[in-house]
Amino acid sequence: MKADPIGVATGNHYIDGDHACAEGAIAGGCRFLAGYPITPSTEVAERMAERFPFVGGQFIQMEDELASMAAVAGAAWTGVKAMTVTSGPGFSLMMENLGLATMMEVPCVLVNVQRGGPSTGLPTLTGQGDMMQARWGSHGDYELISLCPNSPQECFDLTITAFNLAETYRVPVLFMMDECVGHMTEKVVIPEADEIEIIPRKFYQGKKEDYRPYQFKGDGSVGPMIKAGEGYNIHVTGLTHDERGYPVINAEAQDKNVRHLVDKILLNEEKIRIIEEDQVEDADVVVISYGITSRVALKAVQDARAKGLKVGTMRLITVWPFPEKRIHELRDKVKAFVVPEINLGQIVLEVERCVSGKAKTILVPHAGGWVHDPNDILNAIEEGAK
Amino acid sequence: MDIRFSGFGGQGIIKSGILIGKAASLYDNKFGTMTQSFGPEARGGACSAQVVIDDDPVLYPYIVAPEILVSMSQEAYEKFIGDPVKGSIVLTDTDLVKPATIRKDVKLYSIPATRVAEEMGNRIFANVVMVGFFLSITRIISLDAMKKALPGSVPDRFIEINIEALERGYNFGLELLEKETSTKKA
Repeated sequence: MKADPIGVATGNHYIDGDHACAEGAIAGGCRFLAGYPITPSTEVAERMAERFPFVGGQFIQMEDELASMAAVAGAAWTGVKAMTVTSGPGFSLMMENLGLATMMEVPCVLVNVQRGGPSTGLPTLTGQGDMMQARWGSHGDYELISLCPNSPQECFDLTITAFNLAETYRVPVLFMMDECVGHMTEKVVIPEADEIEIIPRKFYQGKKEDYRPYQFKGDGSVGPMIKAGEGYNIHVTGLTHDERGYPVINAEAQDKNVRHLVDKILLNEEKIRIIEEDQVEDADVVVISYGITSRVALKAVQDARAKGLKVGTMRLITVWPFPEKRIHELRDKVKAFVVPEINLGQIVLEVERCVSGKAKTILVPHAGGWVHDPNDILNAIEEGAK
Repeated sequence: MDIRFSGFGGQGIIKSGILIGKAASLYDNKFGTMTQSFGPEARGGACSAQVVIDDDPVLYPYIVAPEILVSMSQEAYEKFIGDPVKGSIVLTDTDLVKPATIRKDVKLYSIPATRVAEEMGNRIFANVVMVGFFLSITRIISLDAMKKALPGSVPDRFIEINIEALERGYNFGLELLEKETSTKKA
């Protein structure tokens, strides 16, 4: 299905990542936003609040982030594409209801414009310290999808992708921006509506009394949804449930329910996976990075190649699910993986686990507030190439 | 090319950065990345906008040592004058910046941008006068591209007067350069 032209601001724009994310959401079909303002994400909500009256969308400024995430979960069950947007402290507050949305298999998007933490940390400065929280920040076992854009253009493009993935797998998708990308202004090209592919909500077509809100087939597939308020008497709950949605509190039901939440993502990892690779096949060193760090890392890679080093790059656009199989394919061929990130070592742990000691893994940490000095990444590449 | 626009809050410093980045990337076939200071440091006091302009995609988004510094306030000038690399171009508002720190390794050009804007009826145009001056002195972006960048960035009813402000600044720069050349010849 193509995008609805009413929500697509076709043309060349000079806007920041936050505004581009808002445009991507609207183009991607989002018509409900519940949020609570927080730097550096507020501009996303501001733009959507301004634009929504013209496209038939609704914005509610909620009393806090707990309510925001709950409203999104509820709105999505009425058939609308829904989103919330926040930054670190708000992301923490959303964790409980993110778990609820995960358990209720709600397609929705949660945008986190990351800033330095923990706690209130650096409100106006960049960070990538919420990447592990994006993995398992809520309690219990589950798998979600996380995307990391590295430019305003990608904030537009990938927000659409986020909504499409959310619908395909009936799952909350975490859009993990960072302050640098959010507040960076660049050219953003918004195409014609008929060039934008949209995955619509899959609605149930059969008899009302036969409807099952969930399908646990074990093959990673998800069932269709209905619109709350259309006369379906169904139950959705955070409690462990069967396919009818009714609570079943035992180990067997838990196994079916939770295994389904994990399987629908991990069995489809290769379909979900979006990574960008360059010159990895004959590389001695592969630099793995995401978000703004992937741009700064590329500068270091160019410098290293100028010195004659064989360096490849792997950019994680989807960070979760982690491209485990791809790292397995590369780990025997390269001497080292270099992982720069704006935290003191999060995604590097996942790289180390997948590499399993078959190559060196070198972290280039940064506590936040600024991007890396490309020379620090260059030094790590040189160390890895030895 | 790394550019820093600086002044105090309310002078349209961020808008100047947007105009320069927009003209470069939408109408001059270049890549222009703009970043700005946020938070308490951006309210009052010295505020700044940074623009990186390149023929290739911009990888490193921030500016450490600019090659062009524009200062429209005393405080901003004194705060940022230490940063530019040797050989940089420094542009100031003649009336608002009285340099206490003089750097002999940079090239300084001044324009009474605020006074020019006041002559036009409103000092609000001072930043656009400065942008015009910036264009003719640095020649990084064409006047034509900048004129195209104005719609959408300034209210429609003020486009004409903004073009006038732009041209006044631009022509002031051209005349300054001419004088410089003829002085050298003499």
